[in-house]
Amino acid sequence: MDTTSHLGLLVLFSAFVSIAFAVLMRDDVKEQVTFGAKLFGTFVGSAVLLGWLLYPLPL
Amino acid sequence: MPAASGRRSEPAPYPYLIVAAAWAVPGAGHLWLGRYQKGLTLLVVLPLMFAFGLWIQGRIFPFQFDELLVGLAAIADVGIGLPYFVAKIAGLGAGQVIAITYEYGNTYVIVAGLLNMLAALDAFDIAVGRK
Repeated sequence: MDTTSHLGLLVLFSAFVSIAFAVLMRDDVKEQVTFGAKLFGTFVGSAVLLGWLLYPLPL
Repeated sequence: MPAASGRRSEPAPYPYLIVAAAWAVPGAGHLWLGRYQKGLTLLVVLPLMFAFGLWIQGRIFPFQFDELLVGLAAIADVGIGLPYFVAKIAGLGAGQVIAITYEYGNTYVIVAGLLNMLAALDAFDIAVGRK
């Protein structure tokens, strides 16, 4: 695994956090999977979107 | 957001002991309370996240409150329980500040500790019959 990939680290972090939150906030396994998938998608999607929104700004 | 679905449990004896166990070993509180799927998932995910953070050069912060954020990060780090002490004894968590993944590693280590604290509070809520 390339541990220097920013996107890879973001995706892995999102996966860890989504799993933990889904397990803590939902009791039924099916609900956990659905809720975890939504969380994961929101984490990654919002990070990518924010990245593109910041892209035109000068450093 | 809708409230978490699921059953409410009868209050369990020794809720504070359950919280202590949940802090010391991630997932132990839920395992103690018979929530095996939750307990096993937390037992795998949280130490793995902590270990991965150390592997990518994250730092275990010292308890130095002259710099408030360092002190707060140290409290978050110790939230993971026994893996924190194992890492300290093994000499891990020095952190390579020049590593490109240093800040990521710190984030993984800190968030793993905070999530375990949240899991311990969740175990307490179950133990006293709130969930």
